[in-house]
Parts: sequence; C-alpha cells; structure tokens
Amino acid sequence: MGKPVKKRSVCDKVRKSSAHEQIKTNPFEVKINKKKFEVLGRKGKHDVGLPGVSRSKAHNKRKNTLLKEFRMKNKANSFIDRRFGEYDIKMAPEDKILKRFAMERQRTQQKKDMFNLNDEEELTHYGQSLAEMEKFTDGVDSESDSEEKGLLSAEITASHFGGGGGLLRKKTGEEEEAKNKSRQELIEELILKSKQEKRERQTLKEETHELTEKLDQEWKSIQSLLARKTPKEREEEKDKPKLDEYDMMVRELGFEMKAQPSEKLKTAEEIAREERERLQKLEADRRRRMEGEVEENPKHTHMSADDLNDGFILDKDDRKTLSYQDGKWNIGEEEGEEGDDEEEENIDEEGEDDGDEDGDGGSDDEDNEDEEDDDDHDHSDLEDSQDDEVEEDEEKETSAEVKHTLSEEERRAIQDTARAELPYTFTAPECYADLKAMLQGHSADDQRIILERTKKCNHPSLAVGNKAKLEKLFGFLLEYVGDLATHNPPELTTINTLIPQIYSLSQLFPEAACRVMQSLIADAAHSMEESIEVKGRAAIPGLDMLIYLKIVTLLFPTSDFRHPVTTPAFLYISQALTKCAVVSLENVCAGLILCCIAVECVSLSKRFIPELINYLLGLLHLAAPSHTCTDYQVVPPFRPQGKSSELLHVCDPQSAHSWTKKSISLSSAHRITATTEKERDHYRLSVLYVCLDLVKRCTTLYQQLPAYQHVFQPIRILLAKHLPVTDFPSALQELHKEILEAIPETPSQHAPLVFDKKKPIPLKLLQPKVVEVLDYGKKRGNTKEEKERERLKHKYKKEFKGALREIRKDTRFLAHTKLSDVMRRDAERKRKVKDLYSSLANQEGEWKAMKKRKKK
Amino acid sequence: MAPSKKRNVKTSDGENSQTSFKQTINTKTELVLQSRKHANCIFDLLEYLQSEKEKEVVFAISACQKLFCELLEKGELYVGQLPKEEEILQADRDADEKYHMFIRHRYNSCVELLLENIGHESYQVKESALCAVMKFAAAEGKHPLQKQDWSQHYNFPRELLSGLVWVLLSEKEDMALLISRFQEFLEMDDVRYYVMNSVRDNIHRVMDRNKRAEMSVYQNNVFTLLTNITMPSQGSEITNFLTKQEAKYEDWKAAKLKDHKRAFELMWLTFLKYKLPMNMYKKVLVILHDSILPHMSDPTLMIDFLTAAYNVGGAISLLALNGLFILMHEHNLDYPDFYKKLYNLLDPSVFHVKYRARFFHLTNIFLSSSHLPVYLVAAFIKRLSRLALTAPPTGLLIVLPFICNLIRRHPSCRVLIHRPSAADETCTDPYVMEEEDPAQCHALESSLWEIKSLQNHYHPDVSKAAKAINQALPEAEDDISELLELSTFELMEQDLKSQSQSVPLEFDAATGLLQSPREVLGLHFSLE
Repeated sequence: MGKPVKKRSVCDKVRKSSAHEQIKTNPFEVKINKKKFEVLGRKGKHDVGLPGVSRSKAHNKRKNTLLKEFRMKNKANSFIDRRFGEYDIKMAPEDKILKRFAMERQRTQQKKDMFNLNDEEELTHYGQSLAEMEKFTDGVDSESDSEEKGLLSAEITASHFGGGGGLLRKKTGEEEEAKNKSRQELIEELILKSKQEKRERQTLKEETHELTEKLDQEWKSIQSLLARKTPKEREEEKDKPKLDEYDMMVRELGFEMKAQPSEKLKTAEEIAREERERLQKLEADRRRRMEGEVEENPKHTHMSADDLNDGFILDKDDRKTLSYQDGKWNIGEEEGEEGDDEEEENIDEEGEDDGDEDGDGGSDDEDNEDEEDDDDHDHSDLEDSQDDEVEEDEEKETSAEVKHTLSEEERRAIQDTARAELPYTFTAPECYADLKAMLQGHSADDQRIILERTKKCNHPSLAVGNKAKLEKLFGFLLEYVGDLATHNPPELTTINTLIPQIYSLSQLFPEAACRVMQSLIADAAHSMEESIEVKGRAAIPGLDMLIYLKIVTLLFPTSDFRHPVTTPAFLYISQALTKCAVVSLENVCAGLILCCIAVECVSLSKRFIPELINYLLGLLHLAAPSHTCTDYQVVPPFRPQGKSSELLHVCDPQSAHSWTKKSISLSSAHRITATTEKERDHYRLSVLYVCLDLVKRCTTLYQQLPAYQHVFQPIRILLAKHLPVTDFPSALQELHKEILEAIPETPSQHAPLVFDKKKPIPLKLLQPKVVEVLDYGKKRGNTKEEKERERLKHKYKKEFKGALREIRKDTRFLAHTKLSDVMRRDAERKRKVKDLYSSLANQEGEWKAMKKRKKK
Repeated sequence: MAPSKKRNVKTSDGENSQTSFKQTINTKTELVLQSRKHANCIFDLLEYLQSEKEKEVVFAISACQKLFCELLEKGELYVGQLPKEEEILQADRDADEKYHMFIRHRYNSCVELLLENIGHESYQVKESALCAVMKFAAAEGKHPLQKQDWSQHYNFPRELLSGLVWVLLSEKEDMALLISRFQEFLEMDDVRYYVMNSVRDNIHRVMDRNKRAEMSVYQNNVFTLLTNITMPSQGSEITNFLTKQEAKYEDWKAAKLKDHKRAFELMWLTFLKYKLPMNMYKKVLVILHDSILPHMSDPTLMIDFLTAAYNVGGAISLLALNGLFILMHEHNLDYPDFYKKLYNLLDPSVFHVKYRARFFHLTNIFLSSSHLPVYLVAAFIKRLSRLALTAPPTGLLIVLPFICNLIRRHPSCRVLIHRPSAADETCTDPYVMEEEDPAQCHALESSLWEIKSLQNHYHPDVSKAAKAINQALPEAEDDISELLELSTFELMEQDLKSQSQSVPLEFDAATGLLQSPREVLGLHFSLE
C-alpha cells in the first residue's frame, strides 16, 4: 500500500516542480528545439524543452532511488515501519489509534468481489472457524478434542481466573512451600504440570487409536467368515435407516474401478522383432531336430495336466508318477519317471507352441492363423504319435536303455518330419530364380507360409536393407504370379492363396508396388502397341495380364479420379478391348474377363467406359445369326461380317435345354476344354449369359447419363430384333427381358444444355486506402511478421540506447556522490586534525605558560 | 556344234574335281580373253550359271560379268541386227564376223540365263545377277550394240532393261527385296525413264493377258517398284546418267523433266486403271498426295480415280480425302456435295482406323472455313459428338477439342452447348442420326448431351476436356495437331511418368483373387 503512495508523491513533486510558471516563462530555462519544417495539424510534444528542470528532475529521482540503494548497499536488512502515521508528528495519538482500528475493520470487511455473495465474514468460535468445526473430520480426534477443550482443568481456571484468590486457596496444603516460593516459581511449576498432563493425554490418545485400528483389522480378517449373517443381524439391518439412493450412487462412483494400467501396447517394430525371434527359435528347434538331437532336459519337474501354470504348488510333490516297467507298476524308479517327464514335456511344449501361435495369429490375418494352426496341429499330432511309439517301446524293453538313446528308427523318423517341415527363417530372395527355387515344390498353403515367414524375418524395422529386399520380393512375387498363370493348366488356386501376401506387401510399400505394377502394365501396353503398329493387330492379353489387372483392382482404389496405377490399367483395358481381334472362344473369354474387371472398376465411381459397351455389343453381335443388318453398327475390333463373326452362334438349339448356369473357368481364357459341339454350345450360352448380365449391370450403372439411351440403343436393337432369344434357356431369356425393360425405346427427355452459372463479379469498392502509421522510420518488410520484426528491432535499438544513456548517467551520478563523500570525509579529517593540532597547540601553550609561571 | 561342245565340257568337267571350280572358272575366263581359240570355253562358263550350287552360280555370274564387259569393251560383240544362229554358218561371212556373231549369241544367252537367275531362290544369286545385268547395261550404253545411224534412237539398252523389268515384276514371287536393291539404279535418270516406260508396257500386257483380274503378287511387285521411283523435283537435277549421249543431248527425252513426269503419270494411270486389291488401294491412297500427285504433269487426271475411291466408303474414302483436298485446293476441282459425303463418312470406325490423325487433320482443314453454313457445322458437331460415345480415349482427346474449336469458329453453334432460352423445357433429342442430309438432321435444335455424358468418362483427361463445355469457351482455339498422333501408350506414359508422391491404396484387405467387395468377375468365373 505504501508504494503507490510513495510514487504518487514523487510524481506530484515532479509535477509541482515542472509546473512552476516562473521557470516556464524564464527565457534562460527554456530551450526551443529547432524544427526543419512545420507540419500542419501536428502537435509537437518536444518543441520546447526545459533542460534545467528535467535535469533536476532526473537528479532528484536518482537521489531518491539510486542514492538510497547505494547507501543501503552491503547492508543486510532494513526496518521499515509501516504503522499508520507513526512518524506523523502532527497527528494526535488518539486519532492514530482510532484511525488504525478503523482501517483494520475496513480491511477485513472489504469485499474482494462485489458480486460474490458467499464471501462473507468468517464466523468464529474460540478463534476457530465455525465452518471448519462443523466438518467433524475425525471422530476420535474430535472426541478427544472435546474432552480436552471442554473440561477446563480446575487448576488452570483457578490460576487463570481465580486471580490471587485461587492461588491463595491452594496454598492450604503447602503453605510453607508456597510461601517460600516466589510467584515466579509458582507459575513455572504450573506450566510444567500442565505440560505433563498434556503429554499423558497424548499418549493415552495414541494408545486408544492404535487399539481401535488393531480391532478394525482383526474384524476385517474374520469378516469374510461371517458373510452369512444371522437373521438377527438382518433384522438389525432392516432397522437401520435405508441408505439414500444418492449417497449410494456417490459411493459407487467413488469406488468405481479406475482405469487400470494395462500392458503397454507394442509397437509394430516390437511385434516384428518378437515374431522374428519366435521364428528363429522355432527354426533352431527344427534344425536341431533335423540334425537328430533329441532334447533332454531332466531338470524339469513333473507338471500335471491340471496345472494352471500359475506357480502354485499344493505341497512338495513327493508322489511318484504312474509308469510301467516290464508290464508292472513302476514305482520309485527314477529313470522311468524321467522318461515320462520328458514325454509329457514334449506334449506340453507343443501345447504351448500352439498357444503362441494362437496369440500371434490374432495380430495377423485370421485365415492365416487358421492355416498355421492346422499345420502345427498336424505337426504336433505327428510328434504325439511318435511319443506313443516311444511308450510302446518302453513297454517292451527296459525303460532305462530306451530313454537315454532313442532307437535309430526313431531318430530318423524325427529327422524326416523335420525335413518335411518348413524352415522358420528365410532369407529374402535376391533374384527371381531364388524366389522360384524357394517356392517351387511346396503346396499353395506352404508357399503362403513361406512368404509370410520371409516377410516377418525381413521386416523393414529389423534391419536397414530389409525394405529394399521386400520391395524386390514384391516384384518377384508378381513375376511368379505371372509365371503361375502361364502354366498349363494355370495354377490359379496358388495365386489365390498368395493374394493376401501380395496385398500386405503392397500395404507396406505402396511406392514399390506402384512402380512394379506400372512397369508391368507399361510393358504389356508397349508390346501391344508395337505389335499393332507392325502387324496391324494384337493378340488379346494372356491370362497372366488378366490376373495382374485383377490384382490391380484388389490393391489400388479404382474409383480415384486419377491414380498412378489404375488409370494406366484402365487405358490398357481400353486398348485391349479396342485393338484385339476376337477370333476364337478363348479370345471371347479373355475379353469377357476384361469386361468384368472393367465393370468392377467403375461400379463405385460409375464412370463411363465406351469401349466396354462396344465390346459387349460386339460379343452379342457374334451370337446374332444374320449379319446383313445395318440398323446398328458394331465398332472395331468387331466386324459386321467376317470369318469369326458367328463365333457365339449356338449351333444346336437343343443344347439350350441341357444348359445349366455355372461359372466359367478363368483358365478357359488360356485354353477351352470343351471338345464336343454340345459342350461348346454350352460354353457359348454361358458366355452369352455373362454378356447379358454385364449389359444389365451397365444399364444400372449408366442410368444417370444424359446420353444413356443413345449409348444403349445399338444393344437394344440387337437384342430386340436380331438375337435368337427363343432358342436360349429361360435364365437368358429373363435377363434379356430385364435389359429390354431397362432401356427405354423412346429417348428420355432432357433439358437443353446451358453453361454453369458464373459467380457474379463483385463491384469495385471505393474504400479509402489505409496507410499504417509506423513507429519507426521507413516502411520495411511486406508481410505482417516482417513488419512486426522490424518494429521490434527498432524498438529494441531505441531502448538499448536509452538504457545505455541512463546507465552512464547513473554511473556519473554515483561517481559524483562517491567523490563528494570522499571530499567530505577528507574535509572532516582535516578539520579534526586541525582541531587536534590546535588543541595540542593550546595544551602546549598552556603547558608553556604554566612553566613560565612556575619559573616565575 | 554347240551341243557337242557341251557334252565335251561335261565330260571334262566330270574329270576335274568339283572343289576347284573357282580355279576352273578363272582359267577359262582367262583363256577366252587371251585368244579366240578358246572361245568355246564360254559354254563351260554358261554351264556354271545353271549349276545347282549357289556358290558356283555366284562366282560364275561375276566371271561372266567380267568376261563380257571386257569383250564389249574390246568390241568383240557383233553390232547390228543379229542373224539367227543357224544362219551364221550358212551365210557367207568372214571368220571374224562369225566369231563376233558367235560371241554376241553367247552374250545373249548369258543375259537370258542371268535373268533366269533373278528368279533364283537365293537372294545372293538374285542380287549378283541383277548387278551383272546392270553392268551389262552400262557397258552396252558405252558400246552400243545397235547401229548408231538411226537418228530417232538414242543409245540405251532398252531391251535389256525391259527384260529386267519383266523379271522383276514377277507374277509369282514377291520381289520386294530385290526391287529395293534395284532402287539404287533407279537413281539414274535415264534408267528411271526407260524403266517407267517398260513398266507401263509390262502392266498393259500382263493385265490384259490375265483379263484384268486382281493379281496381288504381281501388283504388289509393281507397287513396290513404283514407290521406289523417286522423281526429281527440278529439271536441273537430272544429271545422273548410266549412259552418255554425245549427240542430240538436248532432245533426249530421258533428260527432260517434262517427259519424266509424263512417263511417271502414264505409268501410274496405267497401274491404277486396273482393279486393285483393297490393301493396295489403301497403300496407293496413303502415298498419293505426297509422292504421286506432285510429280504428275497433270494431276487432274487423277480425279476419276479419287472420286471412285471416295465413293467406295469406309477407310478408303477417308484416304481419298487427302488427294481430293489437294485437287480442290490447288487444281480448282469442284466437287459437288463434298460436305454431304464427308458428313456421311463419319461413322464409329473413324475413331478406330489407322488414318484417324490424317482424317481429323483434313476435316479440320475442310471445316476451318468461316463461310460454311451453320446447319452444316452443327450437323458435324452433333454427329461427331454422337460418335464420340463409342470412341477410345485417344480419339476422344482429339474430337473434344475439335468440337470446341468448331463452336469457337462458328459462334452461332453455341446454342448446342448453351441454350438459355429453353432452359426449363425438357425435350427429346431432335437430332436424326440416320438422316444423310446434314441440312435436315435438326442438329441445330439439339444439345450436346453426349459430351455431358462424357464428363463421366473414366479417363481424367477426357473428363476434363468434356467439362470445357460447362463454361463459355475461351477465345483461343485449342491446338489439336499434337493430339492427332497421340497413341494409347503415350497417353499412359503421362500417368506413368508423373511421379506423384503418394500412392493411395485399397483399404479393403484382399483375401483372395475373386473376393473383392464389388466382385463381378467372381460371380461368373471360377478359379478352376
């Protein structure tokens, strides 16, 4: 409170001093700052200066602050008396007291916030807040407190309030002593006594507290045994007032399970590392078994099947496990026991392994897990059977010999299984031949597992080069898929099982996947283009390319407006559908597969593919008998007439009756197995069914196009007039009918085109141009940040200069003070020395005078 | 005399070992050249020309070539009208003359054998035979076998050359390779001139003999030969001759561009007069505008051919356009109903044929005139856009800017994409696609709903191009010249090359080949 007052006083002083009319008008005090030119309307702050006044102002300020600090330098503390009016001589002491009391009251009464109604004066009792007292926090404490507080000891009351009388009365017993004792001593004694009493109470309290706690604990320990309450207790419970629902809820909330710290989520890297370690361990196991080392670990104790594996041992296990020896119970022979232990150990281990697999599989694809499990089950079954054999052997021979060295056959059997079993770790293939060597000769599922393990062993987070390795693996894998597709017959099921691996690899390395796919498509498109240029036509893409295209749709989103892979894939499909002549049923099949893929691709985005419609029209045209019709036009690669223009013409109408709908094999793009004319007819009907179904899908997809009717008009004409539907099976006829219904005969109505409405261009606004007023010289910087930076830089410079100047003035002032101090001290000393000299001279004089007088 | 000699040769040949045929041939050639005594050795050489062995034949050809060239140079060959071989002995001539006649006869039979050898299976033999014949021709040119006193005739081995042409234009065998080898000789102006003349004769004779039927092999050969003829563009370029003419050089036809042109024109016209196979038709039309028409003395003679081609329809009509354009543009041809025919040329195949670029280039030129009636331009626009519904992306990338350009050139066609007056009334498309007359197809009353549909095209560039009609078109025309030759692969490369940073992936995990969430393929096809 004192500070602002002080400041104000300083300010006032300054103002007072500066406000002196006399000084202001005194021409010797005034300094007029020269201006270069007048600016109209600008109020100059600094056109007239009073250097004398400002200097004295600064000097005074220094004297009040710096000088004081200087004086207080190296002095530890100071005492500031802040009592009201302590040094005010003018004030009467009575007034002072009154004023002080009033201020005190005011301070307590003063509300901090005028809107805070709750903040009222605290009510107290015995100097303690009543609010606090109401809380009754600790029953025991409050009890003891009340005891303590409530019962004022007679002595204390006597000594406190009894005045002299009390003390006097006490004297009755010990009057003599009391008399001897002075009042001082009496009081000391009293204090001592009270202290002792207090200590005793304290110990007593602690004891009771401890006892209650102990009792509580004991009660708790037996409480569970008393879970069943006697009816009497229940009655008592009923008697108790029913708990308030609110209270219950509050307590429930209080006791509600808090979030438990769970096991840390493992990062992908950790999972990968663990997975690799697990595989490495398994591999080491397998390797050892392949070498023929049967693991022997006799240290293990027996574990029962009921063992929960929780480390709980009922008692020291001194029972002997059941075993046979020479057809008799074998009790007490250590070796037999060991053997059994080992077996069960094996079984247990297998069980654990399975468990592991389950656990890990959960993080992977689910079907993978299943497969793997199956695999391991098989494997464990094998081992089990081996174990059984071992047991049989035991029955025949003496157990001791058998246990230590398994027979040669056993060993070999284990080796064989280990060999047949897949290795657990794989190095990533460096070239395509490596991959081929790695995968060939394995079943489809094994190939998948091999790939999975390769992927895990070479997870990119495990080593630096792994990323490149796996990226290469993706390329090789696709090459392998292409290879499989070109086999005769194509191994499509194997490809099917490899798809999840391909997918997951592509998810890991999108860029690499994109690159590989792009190069595959580009190569195929390029070779097709070349053959078109050279020969004028191209062969329809092989099954491998069809599979690649299908994989593209599986790996990449087909609905993107532009995508680095799917857009070229679309173009490739378009190229194939427009340029590749259809000369055989195989070509038809390949074309249909392309059409299916195309329909799949646009099923979400509903984009228009003219080639698709053209192709379907062409295919249906192949089924129409007469090729003289001119009311629709087929588009290349199909021709109105030609040697292969009746490719899909069903030769025998009777075959329609025996036709049943079944899916066509993908491999028929490669080679059609149908040999008899009837089978070929069936095949044709299947193709037509697919065609019609695709047309139907297209009609639903493109329903919204304004030119819908024109797009489908040729198909409609063909279907309605030329296709021999009556010869077809009913399923085809139905589709045919549906399509005709979907395509309206009369063109639909459309509003004429108009341009999109443009946003109106806003009028030019005539706003005044606001020029920012800068507190520093030139405009620097364009952006807001730059300007701010410049401003701050400028300000800093200015402040720095000012501070420097101030510091210089301060030092000058201090030096001046120091000098004046020294001079004052010197003057003092000189004066004192002078005094001394003068007194000495006086003395001397006096002494000389006395001497003179004595002489006289 | 000759048969007995031949027998002798045979026996002696049988005595000698076959391995040293080179030596034999060489020595015999030497012998013949050394003295007249050994003239009969020529028979042995000629025997070699008919040998089964390729190497022997080749060697013999070169030996014969050397031998007769030298003999020609020496003037050992009889000059003038050659009497029959039988007559030589009967007539009363001196030995020298007889010898000359004998050599001349052998020369003729050698040439015959060489021409026969041009039909040999081995290309090496063919080639060396061809070269030998041309060498003879050159030598004959220098030392003419005809008497010089005939003033009309210029010194050129015409018979030899026409014989060669007869062989080259085989009716059975494709001589393309040899003809391309022959091109080297066609560089020489006199050779070219006389070849053109003899080709014309040849075509006449062969086609008339075969009753004007199509003969694909023969016509192919003729076509190859014709296309290998490169005409000089200026008279001053005619300087390269096989033979030298001392006298009357100025009047020599082979040295005049005008006569060259006339010969060229006649040759082509003769060739085109007969019925051509389809692909030949196309081939001719492809080169017509830049390698035939400019070298004809009177290009308008081609009008009949071009009109006929234009009326054929399909790709041939498209190709005929180019020639017609040149005739109309440079030679003032008036073609009635040209635009109507052009309009009817537009069918779905224009986007698929090989000559798409050329067609659109020409159509662009034809429709660039601002004096065309609006209904015509509108009909073209509407028809093109209707056809665009069946076009591949490369075609669409041409036709969409093309349509926009047409609308820009003819602002009154803007109603096709912007008709605010009837914005609320829906109507069916009044355009009649089947109408052949562009004036009556009601194109102007229609709108380009097809382009609107193409805004949904799967290729992003096409979709973007189609969206241009949503706004008022900017003034400047799009340049379609670089889009004309765009191939699918080039279009694809634009996507492949732009290395975008992120590759979005499918989020639905793939579990099998035929198990995507939107499976269509799996519904109809199975793995097995």
